[in-house]
Amino acid sequence: MTSTAVIDKSAPTRAVKLRSMSRDRTWALRWSYFFLTLFAIFALVPPLYMLITSLKTSAEISAATNPWWVYHPTLSNYVELLTSNQFLTFFRNSALVSIFVVTITMLISVPAAFALARMRFWGSATLATGVFLTYLIPETLLFLPLFKMFVVFGDLTGIQLINKWYVLLIVYPTLTVPFCTWIMIGYFASIPKELDEAAIIDGASWFQTLTRIFIPVALPGLIAATIFAFTVSWAQFLYPLVFTTSTDQLVLPVGIITTLIKGDVFAWGQIMTGALLGAAPPLIIYAFLMDYYIAGLTAGATKG
Amino acid sequence: MADVTLRKVVKRYDEVEAVRGIDLDIADHEFVVLVGPSGCGKSTTLRMIAGLEDITDGDIMIGGDVVNDVPPKDRDIAMVFQNYALYPHMTVAENMSFGLRLKRYPKAEIKTRVDEAARMLDIVELVDRKPKQLSGGQRQRVAMGRAIVRNPKVFLFDEPLSNLDAKLRVQMRIEIKKVHQKVRTTTVYVTHDQVEAMTLADRVVVMNNGRIEQIGTPNELYHNPATRFVAGFIGSPAMNFMACRLEDVGGKMHIRLTDSIAFPLPPARAERYKNVSRTDRLQLGLRPEHITEASPHAEPGVENFDAVLDVIEPMGMETMIYFIMEGVEICGRVNPNADARAGAPMRLAIDLNNMHLLNEATGAVI
Repeated sequence: MTSTAVIDKSAPTRAVKLRSMSRDRTWALRWSYFFLTLFAIFALVPPLYMLITSLKTSAEISAATNPWWVYHPTLSNYVELLTSNQFLTFFRNSALVSIFVVTITMLISVPAAFALARMRFWGSATLATGVFLTYLIPETLLFLPLFKMFVVFGDLTGIQLINKWYVLLIVYPTLTVPFCTWIMIGYFASIPKELDEAAIIDGASWFQTLTRIFIPVALPGLIAATIFAFTVSWAQFLYPLVFTTSTDQLVLPVGIITTLIKGDVFAWGQIMTGALLGAAPPLIIYAFLMDYYIAGLTAGATKG
Repeated sequence: MADVTLRKVVKRYDEVEAVRGIDLDIADHEFVVLVGPSGCGKSTTLRMIAGLEDITDGDIMIGGDVVNDVPPKDRDIAMVFQNYALYPHMTVAENMSFGLRLKRYPKAEIKTRVDEAARMLDIVELVDRKPKQLSGGQRQRVAMGRAIVRNPKVFLFDEPLSNLDAKLRVQMRIEIKKVHQKVRTTTVYVTHDQVEAMTLADRVVVMNNGRIEQIGTPNELYHNPATRFVAGFIGSPAMNFMACRLEDVGGKMHIRLTDSIAFPLPPARAERYKNVSRTDRLQLGLRPEHITEASPHAEPGVENFDAVLDVIEPMGMETMIYFIMEGVEICGRVNPNADARAGAPMRLAIDLNNMHLLNEATGAVI
């Protein structure tokens, strides 16, 4: 009897508490879903519209029909673009620029971050902050002085860099290196100090500590930095617009705009197709690297 | 294998002097424990031996060679860290063999050494796992394995057991002792736990405030502490200290604790303290086990007195008793069958044959 009484007494309070907790959770979830759905619609409608438009003929695009529906689907836009040498050149230029920029960025920022995070030397803290500050200067302020610098460089040496796709290999790292260095400093700083001390005692040089311990352990950070550098170089618009003009030197974003808009004639179907195709490589790279990016590799290095 | 010698070693960080000139000789095969409260400079000393910290002044010698400016990798030492510091992306076997692989040892030799160490530490079935799949005790074994495979001149341990729970700590302590008995490598071990220091060490180095207070075997430190710091630091519960002075009553030397309590000193002690000034402010140091229940058989040097117990702590094999004397809490240790009750008076005995007399001003044991 006593035990029943006890249960009777405690049961209602407990149940009420549980219900209120689950009600809280339910509401939190509803709001989450509401805003996530809103955001998903906001973000996904433009690509969807691009996809729909890319499947239409120019006639259908300008016809006064429901713009959200394809009445006569066609792949002609895709066929035209993928068989046009011009578009393939843009694609090749973009790919080359991005791959080289990512490589250059990583080769500079990973050792720089390691030095700034671990090899304490005079002024290293100030330098680390300085690296980040350079990232804060907007590119819209930098392109004119940079352009002038290349002109002067060309006058002095006779090496003409303007209007060559590889000038971007010099320009883009001014955007990617500071940010990637900053990300990597953060990742390297989170690696316990004992780990490099253990490596040093095991007989590793600084370089071996970087390549055999730090890079594998900070791989998620490295991938985050790679994704960033790739995205920046792939999507960059202002610098290539300024520094390259001949059609054979253009990268994808600028190429689409300059060749598919002729005066006031917009080849909407091809523009949309080009934009969609241009968005594919970053998407593929994200999909492949996301798992690595999320995986926490530092677990188990030290206690807790 | 080698001996380790420290000569007037000093470490200064800007304004702070962390290590203030210590001399230490560690013999080949010896197991030496540096013990002291946090901030006493013990870890800094170990890190200087490892080469992870520069020394500001003095000399460190390993195997007779001065290694002041020798980088860690060329000192032929191995270190075990408090938080294990295992490489998270490598398996246990890779962790253990990393140093050997850097030195380009032949594969077969590496395998033999790793297998041997794994067997010694009972982690053979774990060699293909990653550190995150291991428990704390297993990680600590791997960290030790990484040190053993290198077969270095000196092992350095930096509080290796402080991240483990109490039970595991006792178990790993025994493991470390077993390993040392097998490989006989000169070992320097840092801990703040005096029990660990006592149980593991051939010799214990008690450090305080950047200086060495005393070096000795565990028993020497326990029975003959040189200073009040050592007397209070070694032993648990800690030694009791009571203000006292010496006086002569009827031609016999007495020690006076309170206005009403004074005991005659045993002859050996009276002889030892005969030159101590009768006016000096002194302290009587007495370990809890020398304050017990009064026995009906009078023994020389054992004196009885009465006290009202404040708190009792039954521990099973013994009962700790606490009472206040002259405003100081005193701890004693009585037989669990003795009639000890909190709040009740009890007849106690103190064993003056095991007393320590300290100078209150200098803290030195007389």
